[in-house]
Amino acid sequence: MPITFSVNGVPQSADVDPSSFLLYFLTGQLELNGPKFGCGQLQCGACTVLVDGMPIRSCRRPMNTVQGREITTIEGLGTPENPHPIQTAFIEEQAGQCAYCISGPMLYGKVFIDNNPGATEDQIIQALNGLICRCYTHLRMVRALVRYAQGVRP
Amino acid sequence: MTREQGRSFTLGAMTADARTALERAGFSRRDFLKGTGALVVGFSVLGRLEIAGVPGKAAAQPLDVPLNQVDSWVAIGADESITGYTGKCEFGQGFRTVQYQLIADELYVPLERVNLIVCDTGVTPDQGTTSGSQSHPTEFGPNGLRQALATARERLFLMASDQLGVPVDQLSVSDGIIFVTADPSQQVSYGQLLGGQQFNLMVDSQAVPKDPSQYTVLGTSVPRYEIPAKMTGTFTYVQQVRVPGMKHGKVVRPPVVGATVIDLDVHSVENLPGNPQVVRVNDFVGVVADSEWEALQAAMALQVTWSEGVTLPAQSDFYSYLRQQPSRDAYTVLNDDVDEKFAEAASIVGPLTYLTPYQLHGSVGTSCAVADVQGSGPNGTARIWSATQGVYPQRDSVAMVLGIPNENIEVIFFEGSGCYGINGADTVSFDAALMSQAVGAPVRVQLTRHDEMAWGENFGPPYSIDLRAGLNEQNDIIVWAYEGWTDTKGNRPNATTPGNIITGALAGFPTPPLVPGGGGPPNSYSNNGNSDSSYGAGCVRGTCGGTGTISSESILTHTIESPFFTGPLRSPGRLQNTFANESFIDEIAATVGEDPIRYRLRHLSDPRLIDVLNGAANAANWDTRPSPKPGNPPTGVVTGRSAACVLYEGDNGYSAMVVEVEVDQDTGQVTVTSVVACQDSGPVSNPDGLRNQIEGGTLQGISRALMEEVTWNDQQITSDNWIAYPVIRFGGRLPAFQSVLNNRLDQRQMGAGECMITIVAAAIANAIYDATGARVRQIPFTRQRVLDALAMRGRAAK
Repeated sequence: MPITFSVNGVPQSADVDPSSFLLYFLTGQLELNGPKFGCGQLQCGACTVLVDGMPIRSCRRPMNTVQGREITTIEGLGTPENPHPIQTAFIEEQAGQCAYCISGPMLYGKVFIDNNPGATEDQIIQALNGLICRCYTHLRMVRALVRYAQGVRP
Repeated sequence: MTREQGRSFTLGAMTADARTALERAGFSRRDFLKGTGALVVGFSVLGRLEIAGVPGKAAAQPLDVPLNQVDSWVAIGADESITGYTGKCEFGQGFRTVQYQLIADELYVPLERVNLIVCDTGVTPDQGTTSGSQSHPTEFGPNGLRQALATARERLFLMASDQLGVPVDQLSVSDGIIFVTADPSQQVSYGQLLGGQQFNLMVDSQAVPKDPSQYTVLGTSVPRYEIPAKMTGTFTYVQQVRVPGMKHGKVVRPPVVGATVIDLDVHSVENLPGNPQVVRVNDFVGVVADSEWEALQAAMALQVTWSEGVTLPAQSDFYSYLRQQPSRDAYTVLNDDVDEKFAEAASIVGPLTYLTPYQLHGSVGTSCAVADVQGSGPNGTARIWSATQGVYPQRDSVAMVLGIPNENIEVIFFEGSGCYGINGADTVSFDAALMSQAVGAPVRVQLTRHDEMAWGENFGPPYSIDLRAGLNEQNDIIVWAYEGWTDTKGNRPNATTPGNIITGALAGFPTPPLVPGGGGPPNSYSNNGNSDSSYGAGCVRGTCGGTGTISSESILTHTIESPFFTGPLRSPGRLQNTFANESFIDEIAATVGEDPIRYRLRHLSDPRLIDVLNGAANAANWDTRPSPKPGNPPTGVVTGRSAACVLYEGDNGYSAMVVEVEVDQDTGQVTVTSVVACQDSGPVSNPDGLRNQIEGGTLQGISRALMEEVTWNDQQITSDNWIAYPVIRFGGRLPAFQSVLNNRLDQRQMGAGECMITIVAAAIANAIYDATGARVRQIPFTRQRVLDALAMRGRAAK
């Protein structure tokens, strides 16, 4: 029986090995470019997507656990022409080098700040705990998140 | 996103935009280069070979793009579009944007009108590899893009002079329109002058590029062109190149180093979904299936019987092993009076030994390539989408691997995950090519994390370095001796050496062995490897090329054969050498009770190196005093500060840094709390881009200094994931950071990407000493090593 769920607002019906991992469906069948394979071991965060609004590592998320869920990738936030405010913040801070890792810092940061609009810089850094950026654009990514936080504060 | 959008590459690859622009302007790049000027449409996102008319079938013809022809570098369309061509690729360092700036500035055209085609064999000039912080010096140098642009501009002025009937010196230019200075209504555009024709012009070494003081686009922080696409998930990395009919491959590497295939049971996968096909070429084994998931399952299921491997040298005493093998020896400097100076020295410091382990590039995305190989032999063709640092070297090495003439091969660069040197980009391109050739369909291969870390990369090599110095009565250093041991196996692949990387070797191509020998005095001075310290005068045959005052030196490097593949990793060899040299100068300063920056300045002669060191010191409000810091207690958390500096590669970027650290003397934990970095790379092309490189290089350097070390047991690499190979991640405290840019408009452009990382480990080791009086001489400075050093206090060798 196909697994049904939505990705970036579009309903999907997946007839796949239910034990296969979400990332392979997103990058294979849907040809999405936002979530990326980094380690396949929950160690780096390059494959991060939102499931019902919460960041998860899609590289080990079995397809049979996404039935009925809403999945959002960074493509679902905005476009180059009409970026989401968090994407605007990353663009304005030039917060990337290769930026292959970007789904992790952007999505973990966004969810934390959305839920904690008054978060301090230290708290934001903690929210990214464990993510890996090997170009070490950490300073700029944190600046981008602080900038985003300033925008969402009431 | 629809499949069409996924394949459109519109935002991901500027190449497609550039090609579209070129097409709009009525050019075929290939025909353009041949000089036929024929109008061709049909540039495909899938690559140049499509335009030969037979998809997947290359036309056999020379694909030479001569460096000495203006048309190899720039095309100006009848529609005023400007298309540049470059062999310097983008890896996230921002150099693509700098090249846009260079074209806009040198040709006086708006940035928006400029396109750039990057790293595509037969289309872009063969500039070798994008490496070694050589992009700036090359493209702004006599054989690079800037000289071609200057030649083009001078030709356009001559043409305008003819057409408008006024001398060149009475003409001006703005936005690609040349006009009579006194009467701007008399004007002609570049597009009108060329009429869609090519320049047919040799690059003129006498053409005068714009003076950097006149730059209006260079020197400004133009935002990186591809950042919006990267931040919105629309950028196409090589990991996301998708071509029709593409299958997915996974490699099956040996379980232990040196194992060879004894038997392979293809039946073990035949009932699995995805139509798995097994590929074997000598000891190269791979599985191809319809989807990536299916390929992964099949690769795990495939039964291969491997031979025993080799016994690896024990890691626990590897640094001793390094010194006991037959070596190839090379002196950087060998002055006649070294023994004499040591004999007359009032005091001697050392020998002290500094150790750096094998380290990984450790790209956050594993390496990936797509290959479409049809057939073999003289009529075979291949097209490879790769994140290689050198499309031409890869084309030529793949030709040997596949047995296909190189003129039938196109290598198209697509950006991958940041590489920092020779990660798995070339080896995975071989993987994809071998599998595609075997199954006769396009194959995409992305390595697993284990394969990337244990069987993908050429590691950065280890170093063990002894340093010794003699001082006179005034505590000036009068003699300096460096003796270093490192190792090597393989390197970048080229036309004759596919065995330089793992897949080439597995497929049966020999890895050239290290030939012991050498060791004579040098013929000339080159400090390209930074084995000579900043304080050496570097005197060879009566000419002194160093940045310092010590005129009696012996600088000798021994290289042995490595058990693992090695190759360039950001600041290759220079980081290891500079860790030793910049730690040792600090140790000498402490020994004689001098302030470490003042003591450095006493032995420096190069004014620009002096300037960056002072620049960092001033910006950091340097506290002038000897190390260690007085009054710090022997337990608990203490702070310290120190410095380091270097002229990268002896001629390619001046860097200095002041760092502050916190050391928890109870746990051994080191935290870098503040960094002030000062860089002089000549004229700054893009200040924000340079700062991004300085920041990233420094933080990556902190990770390498504190955390990173390849590990192995008697048979295999064990550091094959991010737990076993710890790196600095998000979550820890970030240092306060200040970059000082010494913008030297009167100097030539130098590199920057590898400069600052070179000095980080030494700066941290020196600051740990300042804080604690304990000296760490082995990278990485793990908690245990720091605790061991703390326990040694008061017993250190002098």
